[in-house]
Amino acid sequence: MAQYQLIHFTLNGKPVEKYIDVRASLTDVLRNDFSMTSVKKGCEVGECGACNVLIDGECYNSCIYLGVWADGKNIRTLEGLLGPDGELSDIQQAFMDETAVQCGFCTPGFIMTAVEILESGKEYSEEELRKLLSGHLCRCTGYENILRAVTKVMKQRLKKS
Amino acid sequence: MNNTGKSVTRVDAYDKVTGRTKYYEDLMPKDALYVRIKHSEIAHGYVRSIDTSAAEAIEGVVRVLTCFDVPDIPFATAGHPWSMDPSHQDTADRHLLNRHVRYYGDDVAVVIAENEVAAMQGVRALKVEYDELPFVLDVQEAMKEGAPQIQENSPGNLLKHTSAKGGNYEEAIKNPDLIKVEGWYETPTVQHCHIENHGCFAYEENGRIVCVASTQIPHIIRRVCGQALGRPWADIRIIKPYIGGGFGNKQDALYEPLCCWCTSMMGGRPVRIDCAREETFVSNRVRHAIRFHIVTWLTKDATIAARKVEVFSNQGAYASHGHSIAAKAMGSFAQHYPCPDFESDSYTVYTNRPAAGAMRGYGMPQASFADESNIDDCAKVLGMDPVDFRMKVIMPKDYKDNFSGNVNYFDSFRACLAKGRELFDYDRLYKEYSGQTGPLRRAVGVATFWYNTAVYPISLETSSNRMLLNLDGTVTTQCGETEIGQGADTAFAQMTAEILGLKSYRDVHVVSCQDTDITPTGLGAYASRQTYVAGFSIRQTGEQLREKILKHASERTGQPTDDIDIEEGNIVSLRDGNVLMSLGELAKIVQYDPVHSEHITAESTFTIRSNAYSFGCTFVDITVDIPMCKITVNRALNLHDCGNLINPALAEAQVHGGMSMGLGFGLSEQLLFDPKTGRVLNNNLLDYKLSTFMDHPRLEAEFIENPEPTSPFGTKALGEPPACSMAPAIRNAVLNATGVEVDMLPLNPHNLFRRFKESGLIGE
Amino acid sequence: MYDMGTFYEAKSVQEAVELRLAHPEADIIAGGTDVLVQMREGRRAGKSLISIYGIDELRGIRLEDDGTIRIGSLTSFSHITRDPLIEKYLLCLGEAVDQVGGPQIRNAGTIGGNTCNGVTSADSSSTLHAYDAVIELTGKNGIRRLPIQEFYIKAGVVDLRVEDGEIQTGILISKDSYENTNGFYIKYAMRNAMDIATLGTSVNARLSADKKTFERVRIAYGVAGPVPLRATTAEQFINGKEVTPENIEAFSKEVLNDVHARDSWRAAKDFREHIAVESAKRALIESVRRCGGEV
Repeated sequence: MAQYQLIHFTLNGKPVEKYIDVRASLTDVLRNDFSMTSVKKGCEVGECGACNVLIDGECYNSCIYLGVWADGKNIRTLEGLLGPDGELSDIQQAFMDETAVQCGFCTPGFIMTAVEILESGKEYSEEELRKLLSGHLCRCTGYENILRAVTKVMKQRLKKS
Repeated sequence: MNNTGKSVTRVDAYDKVTGRTKYYEDLMPKDALYVRIKHSEIAHGYVRSIDTSAAEAIEGVVRVLTCFDVPDIPFATAGHPWSMDPSHQDTADRHLLNRHVRYYGDDVAVVIAENEVAAMQGVRALKVEYDELPFVLDVQEAMKEGAPQIQENSPGNLLKHTSAKGGNYEEAIKNPDLIKVEGWYETPTVQHCHIENHGCFAYEENGRIVCVASTQIPHIIRRVCGQALGRPWADIRIIKPYIGGGFGNKQDALYEPLCCWCTSMMGGRPVRIDCAREETFVSNRVRHAIRFHIVTWLTKDATIAARKVEVFSNQGAYASHGHSIAAKAMGSFAQHYPCPDFESDSYTVYTNRPAAGAMRGYGMPQASFADESNIDDCAKVLGMDPVDFRMKVIMPKDYKDNFSGNVNYFDSFRACLAKGRELFDYDRLYKEYSGQTGPLRRAVGVATFWYNTAVYPISLETSSNRMLLNLDGTVTTQCGETEIGQGADTAFAQMTAEILGLKSYRDVHVVSCQDTDITPTGLGAYASRQTYVAGFSIRQTGEQLREKILKHASERTGQPTDDIDIEEGNIVSLRDGNVLMSLGELAKIVQYDPVHSEHITAESTFTIRSNAYSFGCTFVDITVDIPMCKITVNRALNLHDCGNLINPALAEAQVHGGMSMGLGFGLSEQLLFDPKTGRVLNNNLLDYKLSTFMDHPRLEAEFIENPEPTSPFGTKALGEPPACSMAPAIRNAVLNATGVEVDMLPLNPHNLFRRFKESGLIGE
Repeated sequence: MYDMGTFYEAKSVQEAVELRLAHPEADIIAGGTDVLVQMREGRRAGKSLISIYGIDELRGIRLEDDGTIRIGSLTSFSHITRDPLIEKYLLCLGEAVDQVGGPQIRNAGTIGGNTCNGVTSADSSSTLHAYDAVIELTGKNGIRRLPIQEFYIKAGVVDLRVEDGEIQTGILISKDSYENTNGFYIKYAMRNAMDIATLGTSVNARLSADKKTFERVRIAYGVAGPVPLRATTAEQFINGKEVTPENIEAFSKEVLNDVHARDSWRAAKDFREHIAVESAKRALIESVRRCGGEV
């Protein structure tokens, strides 16, 4: 017998509410109840990072996060990164410019981790960046251009501030 | 050239960085039923019975179908072009669900349910009884007399054995002055690990089956589904949206035939099959584990006098791509290092492992590991620098392979090695690192590879293309070659713009999605063929479209066709360079002509009857921590002669990805099997050691652009080549660092510990 | 969608204890990084869950009046690593849990979950053993405290009394345990991220004032036996000895008296033993260095 629970949370800046199946992962909730299809399923056990989203400013694999836990949280997905007039964020632009995208399946998760890294406002060494990005697997890029994209935006933002 | 040779942004980049790109699961009908597969829990035997009652009693379970329900039609799954010659057709050795189960994880039944949880519970509730048989996992064991018999039609488990010879090996080795260098080299079973698992959904529409699938080869899948279901091929319509990587695994009919059958059994209701990661590892396809035996006979002045190569390829339970891989691996040796007297044999052998199919490199990463390890062993015996030795014995300039017709026009191997040597500061480092004795040692290592472009003359090579001049002067183009992440669509846009004289590749709209009802017939993404083969049909179709455009323009402007041309999207006069009209104006005038309206299109097929050598090498700088049995790659450089680059940034990105796959193959990846049950022990991304961000060095890619004479755009293979030479380069660096040959991949701590212990580097 | 029975959610420790007593068949779920994985693979299929993840009072690290460091059981790995008290007094623990899985797992996973699942490979656990951590459990009879070594009963089983409605509420490390002590954790794994330990080695040392003598060395291993363990023979050997390369070398060989590595498909016994010795040596050298000593 399915059990449902009402949850309220903020999704990409907008308050939302929904009765959800308690058995649903946050991935299920975001994809099926809110059509956030940037949240990808690659392993469903927290090993690939494709379903990564920001919860109260920290990255989580939404596949192993219960949907009901989203109640009261501030959740951000890649869909929320576009500016008010549909403009790309600097990190999305950098992924394009640095050819950091191939099949595109790991891309949303990677960009959301990059957002957490960049919003810290800190400068990281290459080694530190590798570690901060290590919760995502990619089979296409060898990570090289992803590193270039994140490094580039980190430097741009530090220069501006 | 305005549009090719430029690092333009991918045509699909915007959608991918905004998360809008639709993969099969993003297109799922809301009412699709969940199909979950029951996989066998024995490695070999017959299903005696399946008790479905408990599963059927679960709320939400709609239907259970078993191996006793499927049509008795054996079918082949390999993503090869069909051949009208039965002797060239792939081996049809599996059913939609199998009563004779041949590996731990074989498909025996499906539970169809209204929701995911009911489907999972249903699968767990099935009670399968088996008549168990002994199983075998190793090639040599499977070849022994009395070994378990895996496929009814392949006695001795031998799928195929082929040989190739040159000169007289037996006679040549009688020369007592020759130096013998012999080795066994072994590569493991590995998996593609595209981040999007394979999956598909299917439904019926007007009596035909529509299947949306994560595949590299939609047109081939249509044929296989038709064959597997015993239905006319055009009863099936395959749609391929964007896919999250494939690397060869999706160059095979995976679960599309089963999905099509399930919808047909459900009265055409939509059904979905979504592979879990665990299923991707075990019940899709894997790379062939291959064991090589090489005997090389050297002359004292460092030439190769004679060579014998034996290739033992572990096919697993079903033929899939079969002997093509071992044959390709075997064929690489005599061309790579030609010698007068050569003998080779390759054996593809069924075992009770998961079925091996195509994977990036198609036998060449395995062959390159064996060949390049043996060549370094030879250099060591001769006391020569491994690069110097290669310079001496590697494929000479103007070497021609008579089978493929390929020619080493530019002495590319030597060019790549020479450039790499310089860029890597190899000579200095090789000297500087020699003679180390401590626990931490650095070393450089080198390996080379060659690769074919596309599959001519082994199989058909064909490409079809359709172009349409839009009313705004842009051009829509589509072909059967598929975008799978590599950037094919962007290259096609650039090539189309180039041929037609458009201003920008942005004036070309590539129809990325292949739909077998609409897309001109093509073969899909494999064999590093996309840019090469599509280049022929794009050029041909583009020229036809151009002719039509110029004919219309001539009629409308009154200028002879010889005096006009298309430049930057305009019809211009060749006499004075003046713009006569834009393509958009022309298209509108012609389309809306009240008397002779025409929408300007062209469509053509090109049969490609050529091939091309692609070449390259890898240089690495590593540190070996002997007591910890660990390798750190400090630096890695790949050099390629893949002809002209259509898009240098995308080419570089392809090289990074291949190097990365080579790194995993070299250092950590391996599917492990339980010797007691045959079960795969590490069917997940935690226990299967794919290299992470932290396991990678900076990846460097360099190119030597020798235009390929046979190719319309001067291009040749690049998709797979970068994966070929990383592993042996690392192995050779370990040899240089420690003096120890580690001839079994991966070079993980387990294998290093064993070899370091055997050689006394690690004491008792 | 998980194959889950009934879902209960506790908002306070007291509520958690009551739910546990009312539904003894249900499993506790904290960060979910293990429980949900096991539910999906079938091991916990159909199980009811009591979520304690929302109990914010169990989050955070503080210094108690007697100098004890108290880590709330639901504190995530990443919060432990970034905590100023940990950085100052228990750097080695912060570094150890910074090697769990990847960043997202470290944001989700909790130290309570890491210890309650009873697995030998848990990255926090060997260091907690090496620091003589005390586990705090809260049940219907109030609070019960026990040394971490007693908390672990056997592989996958810890002393958590369902009949008393117990949940783990804190992990305590006494002042004497961490004061004037520096440690180092070596996670030996097959790759540098997203991995479980083939062997975890955690060493900490306290040197004499002149940095010449080992006053107290503690060493604990993960995956050297069915549960994390201390290499007491090696500890006894080195305590009171001079800080010399020879003594460190001899210490590292002594660990073989204590480790009970086994052959498994993940690694062979002789390989694990070899790494245990080498890691003991390297971790002690680094601990000495961090104490300001020289080798």
